[in-house]
Amino acid sequence: MEGADYCVIAADTRLSVGYSIYTRDYSKICKLADKCVMASSGFQGDLKALQKNLAAKHLIYQHQHNKQMSCPAMAQLLSNTLYYKRFFPYYTFNILGGLDSDEKGCVFTYDAVGSYERVGYSAHGTGAGLIIPVLDNQLKSPSPLLLPAKDAVTPLSEMEAVDLVKDVFASATERDIYTGDKVEILVINASGIRQELMELRKD
Amino acid sequence: MGYMCWSSEIAYSGGMARFAADVPTRGGFSFDLCQRNEMLLKKGNQLPTFRKTGTTIVGLVFEDGVILGADTRATEGPIVADKNCEKIHYMAPNIYCCGAGTAADTEAVTDMVSSQLQLHRYATGRESRVVTALTLLKSHLFSYQGHVSAALVLGGVDITGPHLHTVYPHGSTDTLPFATMGSGSLAAMAIFESKFREGLTRDEGIKLVSEAICSGIFNDLGSGSNVDVCVITRGQTEYLRNHQLPNPRTYVSSRGYNFLKGHTGKTGEPYIPPNPRR
Repeated sequence: MEGADYCVIAADTRLSVGYSIYTRDYSKICKLADKCVMASSGFQGDLKALQKNLAAKHLIYQHQHNKQMSCPAMAQLLSNTLYYKRFFPYYTFNILGGLDSDEKGCVFTYDAVGSYERVGYSAHGTGAGLIIPVLDNQLKSPSPLLLPAKDAVTPLSEMEAVDLVKDVFASATERDIYTGDKVEILVINASGIRQELMELRKD
Repeated sequence: MGYMCWSSEIAYSGGMARFAADVPTRGGFSFDLCQRNEMLLKKGNQLPTFRKTGTTIVGLVFEDGVILGADTRATEGPIVADKNCEKIHYMAPNIYCCGAGTAADTEAVTDMVSSQLQLHRYATGRESRVVTALTLLKSHLFSYQGHVSAALVLGGVDITGPHLHTVYPHGSTDTLPFATMGSGSLAAMAIFESKFREGLTRDEGIKLVSEAICSGIFNDLGSGSNVDVCVITRGQTEYLRNHQLPNPRTYVSSRGYNFLKGHTGKTGEPYIPPNPRR
């Protein structure tokens, strides 16, 4: 989710197939640039390939422009990369988070073929159906049904946002069998990227 | 169609005195509506899914009797429907049964056989035997040809000694010194195969059963939450509900949640209370 001057991005670390767990310690988050981080759910093989692809393109950009890519630029690049394989897609559901050129938090959410939108918060994966209603309720106030339209995203402080993310993951773990083990939480703000690992239920 | 003609013949041949109820019940399911269901599926009407328990259940025989164990998670596909359900069902004071498979089927079949055993106890004036429960269960499941999806671990101690059986949905049974069923059965059996031996003491038995269930809980996604254990010995049964709780919730928000007015949108239509009945 995005805040006034920070962005929080989190993913659980369980890799599972069918009813079995492959590993409890798998990172689904990748740092693409200084202030830009991507997390994905879906087929992890395609995710690895996509991360390599973007890292290579970012390196070329750095050589050509002598600077890091900004988050909105990376967002467009990711969209183009995904649509390039429109007829044999990357089976990944991505969320890109970071700080834009004004040092404000930004979150971009994608589908598998590159359709993207800048949003205040987003979730993907098997637990998304359990998490998004809670985020809708806590972050999106007032309701979008009311007119005239008011500022949709409530600015929470960084501590409150991280607290909400932890609670929401703990709740999703209770009810979704594919979510659990650990959650990796990354907070991106002006002073850099801070990483935190929180334990979740292992059953 | 042949069935329908037969019953109407019987109804007419004896005049008013004979009713369709005199036709002996054939038992099992009637498949008359299958064609209708197929037609509805083609039109896009999905049948509701059953709740499967996605389970780890185990049983073992120790020196004084039988110990049964089960996890407590009930799943509906990928979602946990019940975090603390009871999978060890009562059959008789000296016989208990763990159930895996469709939750409704295990509940119904164990309740039904439990009632039948009680009636049998009144009729015979004796304590129920495990083989009685076993025969009742297997003949019921066989007559439903596997459509009743109940996989059971039946254990108890009667006058002939301790017994442990597994019952499969199609009606076959096994008699074993240690047994596991459910989606977590492989994880639990791995523990049993390496650590089981004949003549375990009560504490060793409980520890082994808990370890096997924990293995299912942590390694199988269909099983989870807590460990239930049931120890049955000659003359005494101990049902240790939630014997272990190895999965507490890891984080509770200290901030709490506020639900302010305006969080839920209103359409603006006026509220009209329903008419009171006269």
